[in-house]
Formats: sequence, structure tokens, C-alpha cells
Amino acid sequence: MSGVGEPELRHAGLTLEGVPPLNRAQVESDVFGFWAFLMSDALIFALLFAIYATMIGRYAGGPTPGQEFKFHSAFWETALLLTSSFTYGGVSIALKHGAKRRWIVLFMGITFCLGAYFVRMECHDFTTMFHDGATPERSGYLSSFFVLVAMHGFHVTCGLIWMLLMGAQMAIHEIDQQVKVNFVRLGLFWHFLDIVWVCIFTIVYLHGLQR
Amino acid sequence: MNLFSSVRRDLATYGMGYTLAVVLTGISFVIVFFHLLAPHPAFVMILILALVQVTVHLRCFLHVSFKRSAREDLHLIMFSAIVIVLMVGGTFIILFDLQTRMM
Amino acid sequence: MHDPSVLWHIFLGRFEWDSLPFVEAWRHPTTSEIIAACASGIVVIGALVVLGGITYLRKWRYLWTEWFTSLDHKKIGLMYIIFAVIMMARALIEAALMRLQQAIAINNSGILAPDHFAQLFTTHGTIMIFFVGMPLLVGLINVAMPLQIGARDVAFPFLNSVSLWMTVGGGCLMMVSLVIGKFSTGGWSGYPPFTELRFNGGVGPDYWIWALTMSSLGNMATGINFAVTIYKLRAPGMTWMRMPLFTWTAFCTAILIIFAMPPLTVATLLLAADRYLGMHFFTNALGGNMMNFVNLFWLFGHPEVYILILPAFGVYSEVVAAYSSKALYGYTSLVLATAAIAILSFTVWLHHFFTMGQSAPINSFFGVATMVIGIPTGVKIYDWIWTMAWGEVRFTAPMLFSIAFMVTFTIGGATGIILATPPIDYMVHNTLFLVAHFHNMLIPGLLYGMFAGFQYWFPKLFGFRLEERWGRISVFFWVVGFYMAFMPLYVMGASSAARRTAEFFNPAFRPWTIIAMLGALAILAGFGCLFLQVWSSIRNRYVLLVPAGDPWDARTLEWSIPCPAPEYNFAVIPQVSHRDDFHWRKVNGSAYKPADHYRDIEIPKNSGVGPIMGIATAICFFGLVWHIWLLATVFFFVTVGAGISRSFMRDPHKIIPAAEVEADHRRWLAEAAAARPVPRQLELTPANEGLAECQG
Repeated sequence: MSGVGEPELRHAGLTLEGVPPLNRAQVESDVFGFWAFLMSDALIFALLFAIYATMIGRYAGGPTPGQEFKFHSAFWETALLLTSSFTYGGVSIALKHGAKRRWIVLFMGITFCLGAYFVRMECHDFTTMFHDGATPERSGYLSSFFVLVAMHGFHVTCGLIWMLLMGAQMAIHEIDQQVKVNFVRLGLFWHFLDIVWVCIFTIVYLHGLQR
Repeated sequence: MNLFSSVRRDLATYGMGYTLAVVLTGISFVIVFFHLLAPHPAFVMILILALVQVTVHLRCFLHVSFKRSAREDLHLIMFSAIVIVLMVGGTFIILFDLQTRMM
Repeated sequence: MHDPSVLWHIFLGRFEWDSLPFVEAWRHPTTSEIIAACASGIVVIGALVVLGGITYLRKWRYLWTEWFTSLDHKKIGLMYIIFAVIMMARALIEAALMRLQQAIAINNSGILAPDHFAQLFTTHGTIMIFFVGMPLLVGLINVAMPLQIGARDVAFPFLNSVSLWMTVGGGCLMMVSLVIGKFSTGGWSGYPPFTELRFNGGVGPDYWIWALTMSSLGNMATGINFAVTIYKLRAPGMTWMRMPLFTWTAFCTAILIIFAMPPLTVATLLLAADRYLGMHFFTNALGGNMMNFVNLFWLFGHPEVYILILPAFGVYSEVVAAYSSKALYGYTSLVLATAAIAILSFTVWLHHFFTMGQSAPINSFFGVATMVIGIPTGVKIYDWIWTMAWGEVRFTAPMLFSIAFMVTFTIGGATGIILATPPIDYMVHNTLFLVAHFHNMLIPGLLYGMFAGFQYWFPKLFGFRLEERWGRISVFFWVVGFYMAFMPLYVMGASSAARRTAEFFNPAFRPWTIIAMLGALAILAGFGCLFLQVWSSIRNRYVLLVPAGDPWDARTLEWSIPCPAPEYNFAVIPQVSHRDDFHWRKVNGSAYKPADHYRDIEIPKNSGVGPIMGIATAICFFGLVWHIWLLATVFFFVTVGAGISRSFMRDPHKIIPAAEVEADHRRWLAEAAAARPVPRQLELTPANEGLAECQG
């Protein structure tokens, strides 16, 4: 309803079939508003990356990334998150084509498991680092590493909780318009987090492991 | 059947995105793990690969395109990109200049 | 056997009896401590009087159901404004106290201890920016923008309520800090390492961090809300280039908010990480880098000042056009100038820290960029002047504020160009010259604009005009007071008087600080006159009624509906075909027509979740300040839970039947038809019922 009156839904992402015309304005607003929120979140991450970059080298005589980072965990965490993005695509497709609820639950369940295992791996990594004395209080570099990566992990955790809540919403309200919009937004969020992870494994892990 | 082909088309988009992302990620890891390039060129290479992968994600998973219907979201992404470049780039220039002068 | 100190720590954290100013004043009765205790006393008594008064008058139910839980943008906007005015009263008193101190304390220590003075300049700045400036402009945009674009409400009415209560919660934290504990002494910019644990381990910087966080959470949501509203909810036919200028500036402000808040969030978050988790982002030792904070803070801080000024520019565009009975001169150039200012505001932030050690090329780049921003602003000033030229100008209070702005703000802009030259800035950075400059931008810029906007749109909210007499007296006091309070500061600053100083040693400053203090008193008088204006108008409201809806013969859509505006704004969403569509319709005789077809209107139902989230978050953050982890955890879950519960709600709307809408609309149209149209000469007389004479 931006003054031009096109029938097509004006937002990126798979369209929501069967949304009654009256509510299209609300759907578009909801999705666009969420994009705006994601952009502000992207800026927060970008700034955390910038801080990280300026803190490289500030080890204060403590543990360095070369000592602490592990190839295999970075690799498997990447694989988990990327695959979970793909499986969420299953949710989006099922939703778009009006598939039965069990398909949505299935794909979301797989996504949840992959995401949960990602978080578990990351926590394990952190604990290992703590045992080595690589705590966030040890140096400015480690502070910026932990805040950047944990901020991403925190977002992933929020995404997982959101998935649980979506399960509850489906159970209570069936798959009405509001639930569909929430699924679209959760999808945007989840794919966005994978984009941030691409930057993290490149700029933090691979770069750190080069030294 | 219309529905079936539509599902296949959507699946193909996600599948292509996933495959490309896997390949790009693999190349990055291989370059660093096997020290195929010197550190500085290697870093530039993996940055480029990351940028490409981000574009793949945006196109295949987030369906951002130049289509009319997605135009406003594209405005937003482009403007955000400009602001991010200004802020992050500015931060780098300023902080590294300060670092040089502190040495 | 329970150790009582363990229980104390669980439920009261690091609170001690000394944290109360009354106790501190009892133990060390110096003038400064007694003043602090009086301030706390005023807050406590004020709170008791307000809460007690509401209870006595049995108004809690009314306030809760009609106001606090409302999702109506007009009511939310008004609550923002009222909140801002209350906070402004406190911040103005703090300013007057500081002026008094500086007038007295030349070669003696005055009435305020340095630590107390430091808290004053910190709270003054923090409150004025985050709890006066932002709420005022957000409130005004909330009131007017949806009406200007022909919408029924903002895109996310519930989020609007949450934003309001987050801001109010932050303000409550600021007020509580007067009574329990101390506030930060690090200035409104809170630079580490001074605000790190090592130098300020107390509650002060924590209060500052969490009050700011509440404000930025609220503002972030508001930015998204306004941007989406303007993108998606404009009336059919209202293309971008047919939007009123105030809406354009509201849009650019919203974009700035969305992109300026994240750097502040990151800066305060990382400072909190240093203070709460022992990290080393900005510490002296173990790899901290303080310049990161400075850089981040001003990445926020510079766009922030443009957030503060752009809505005021929008108000001036509306007010000058309306009270000159002319279309805005150079609409396209005004739009381009606004957009240019918005984008350029992201390229100049370093000018806030020229002196922090960067090399010359970097300083020069940012210096030049800063000067470039002066150009679009100058274009706007010329556009407003040409709007007035050969127009039928009426010198109402909003117009007087606008003219005072044009002259005074230009002076401030010139001093900004001076400051933008790095070698000169090395001399005057952090002197009173700088203080004078930014007050020169904010008071005539932001505040006059907000006052003008409030007076201009008042009839739309309340149905009657504000009377002019006290408004004009207020303008006089504000203008005279501003010049008296701040011109001396330019002189002192150029003579190298430092800012944030409790005591001076140069007797030559005395005459200037005394004039400045008298200026502060004049400003207080001007502020009081605004209250008198509202009070006197309420008393005379029946004479000032303007039910037909268009008291100023204005041009934009909001004036095509009744005064006061109905809850749903427009009986029928208008079809827009021109810029200044309402004016075009008046001229062509197609205004004030009934609709062909009326529909049922959906209005969001009230919701208590907004106030609950705001209050719960404030309590959670209070717990964080005092290290009462139990309190913080519990109320964190309360606020998150409340938000989540909202997402499970379905159908939170009420319907206003088409028949009722039609009946109200026709009744109003009949009233408008029966009203006597007035020419501009009778605009300020009781003859003005809100109907303008047709022109052309």
C-alpha cells in the first residue's frame, strides 16, 4: 500500500500464498520492519568485527588464536549451521505450498537439532579455551573474540528458543496468517545468522589459524 | 503439474545455494589448511570467497533480487551496506592511523 | 545459621545506607550534600504527591485504561511530550544550579563539591539528549506524521507503546539515581577509562549505561516503526514527492535512528562487559583500546545530533508555510537538502575528537566534510526565508520561534564552521566555546522547533487553540535568556575557560558568568511561561475552540479532519492527487465532502504489556546497577515473558462500525458547514472556529 496499489506482495522471501488482500499491508509491514531490524543487527555485528580487527595483536602476553583455534571444530560448526539453513529452506517451501503441518515440524525439528548441536560445539570450544587460560578477562583480544562469537551464539540460541515457541504457536493457533509471518521472519533471522557465521569463520577462525 | 514444478524450482534454488556455499566454504578451508597461498593473499582470497558466499545466501536463501517486489528491501540492504562500509572503513582508517602514531 | 550480610547481598546487592543522600547529608552536612539531599527530597515528595494525588482522586483506572495502555499514536505522542517536559524541568534546574555555581565560584569553591558538580553536568547532558530531546521529537512525530500521510496509526502500534515505556523506564532510572546512590561523573559521553571499574567502580557509570540502554531500545523500535510507517502506510496517491516536509524529515530521522543506535549499543555493551565481566575492551591494561569507545560513541553521537535537529527543521517547514499562507518555497531542494544532511551525517563523526591524536590528513578530511554539511542547511534557511517573502505573514508564537531560530541557529552554525577547522579546534575543544556552540544549535534549533510544533498541532490534539499572549512572552524570555546565557560562554571559551569546571581562577570571567546565570533564570521564566500558556488556554478553552479542524488555513492532510482528531484519524482514507492536497481541495471546492462509502474501522485494542515491559525492564536494570542479581533475573524473565505472551495473542482489535463512522463524519461536516470561515486577520480571535476562507 505504498500508494501504487500493486497486487504482488512487496517483500523478499517466498511469498505467502493465500493471504487475504486486506491483510497484505500488515504482512508487508511486518516483514519489512523485520528486515530493518536485521539491518541494525548487521551493523552491530559489523562494528563488533571492526573492534575485533583493531584488537588483533593485543594478546597482552596471553594465548593467541593460533594456539587456541581448532580447524575441525570451525569446519564442523560451519557445516552444521549451513546445513541447518538449507533445512530451514524445507520449512519455507512446505509453508509456501501449504504442506501438512508434520512436514513443517519435521524440517524445523532437523534445523533445531543442527542448530542446537552447533551451540553445544561452540560451548565446548569455549570451555576448552577457558581451561587453557584463554578467558575473556585475559586480554583485549580475547575479550573481543568472545563477545563477537558469543554474540552470534546468543543470537543462535534465541533462534532456537524461537523455534520452540513456533512449535507452541502451531499447536495452539494452527497455521494462521500470524504464524506464517512469524515463520517468514524466523527464516530471515536464521539465514542472516548463517551469513554472519560466514564472516566469523573467515575473519576470525581462518584468519586466526593462518598465523 | 504447476505445483510440482514450483516446488522443484524452489528446491533447486535452495539446493544450488547450498551446493555453492559448501564449495566456497571448502575452498576457503583448503586454502588456509594447506597453506596454498602466502598469508596476505590468502586472506584476501578468503575474504572474496566470503563475499561471494554472502551474495549466494542473499540470493538463494533470502530471495533478494532486483525484482520490483523486492525493491524496497534491496534499498534497505544497499543503504545498510553503505553505512557499514563508512562506519567499519572509517573505524579501520582512524584506529590504524592512531596505532601508527602511537608506535 | 544465616549470615545476615549474605541475605543483604542477595536482596539488596551493594546497597549501603550511605547510598542515600539523606544519610550522607546527615553524616557530612556540607552545602553540597544538603543540596543533594534536597534534590532527592523533591523527587521523593514529588513522587508521593503525584501517586497520592492520583489515588485520592481515584484516577488510576482512568489513567490505565485510557492512557497508559493505549496504542493510539496521538496519546502515545502526548505522553512522550509530557514525560519530556517533566524531565526538562529537572535538567533546567540542574543547569541553573551549575550557572549559579560558576557565578559564585571564582577563586572560591562555591556551593557545590566538584563531584556533585560533575554529576550535575552528566545528568544534565544525559537527560537533555535522551530524555528530553528524543522523547520530544518522537512524541511530535508520533502525533503528526500518521495524520500527515493519511494513515490510521503507525505500522506497529504495540511496539510504539513498548518504546514509550522503555523511554519512561529509563527516565525513572534517572530519577531513582537522585534518591538512591550517585550518578556517573563522566559526562554524557562517559569516556573510559575514567568510567571503568578502576576509576569509578561505584553505581554511577552503571546507572548511566542502563538508562541509556533503555532509551536506545525504545528509540531503536521507534526508528523501525516510523520508517516502515512512511514506507508502507501512505494514503493512496501520496508518492514520495507529495509528502509533507515534516514527514520527509521524520523519515530521514527514522533512518538515522536505525543506523545510529547500534554503535551506541555496542559502546555501552562493551563498557558493561568491562565493568561486569572484567573484560578489557577499554581498560588501560591487558590490551584495552580506549579510542575504540570514543570512535564508537561518536559514530552514534554525530548522527544523533542530526536526529535531534531534522524533525525541528520539518516543523519549521510546516510552520513557516502555514503562517505565511504560501506553499513552501523550493520543496525539491528542501527534500534533497534533508537527504543530503542525513547521508553526510555519517561522514563527519571524527570532528568530535580532532584532538585525540590522528594525523593531519584524517583531521582535514573530516573537517572539510563537516563544513560541507553546512551547505544543505544553508539552502534550507534560504528556502524558509523565501517562503516568507511576499507571503501573508502572521507573527504567532510558532512563527516567532521560527524567526528566532533562523537568526540564532545561523550564528551557531557559523561557530560550527569555526570549530570544524582542526587547528582552531585544538584551541577551543572542550572549552566553553564548544558548550556555547552546541547549545546554540540545540536550543534555537531543537527546542524552539519542538515548542513551535507543539503549539502548531495543539488544536489537532485537543480541539482548541493555545492563546497567544503567554506564548509570545515565552518566546521573549527564551530568546533573551538564550543570548544572555550562552553568548558569554563564547567569550569565556575563546579565553580558554574549560568546560565541566566547578571553579574558575580568572576574575575576568566573573561578569560573564553572572550574565550567564541571569540568562539561565530568564530561560526558566520562559519555560514557566509555556506552562502558563497551556494553563490559561485550558481555562479559556471554550473561547478558543476550533472544531472545524483548520485553524491556520494550512495545506497538509492533517488539517482536513476535525479538531480534536477522532481516534481513527480519517473517516475514509483520502485519495491524494497533489502535493499539499488539502489546500488544493480547498481552492477547488472539493474539501469537506462526505464519502461515497463508509467502512468498518479496525482499531488496536489497548494493551498492558507495554507498561509492564517498560517497568519490568527498569527494575531489571536497577538490579543490574546494584548487583541484585536475583531481582535482575526475575524481572528479565517478566519482561521477556510479557513480550512473548503478546505474540500468542490473536485478534487484538476492536471494530468501529461504519454507521458510527458515517454519523460522526456527517455531524462534523455539518458543523464545518455551519461555521463561519475567517480570513487570516481574524485567525487569533474567538471568531476562528477552524474554517478558513477559500482563496482563489
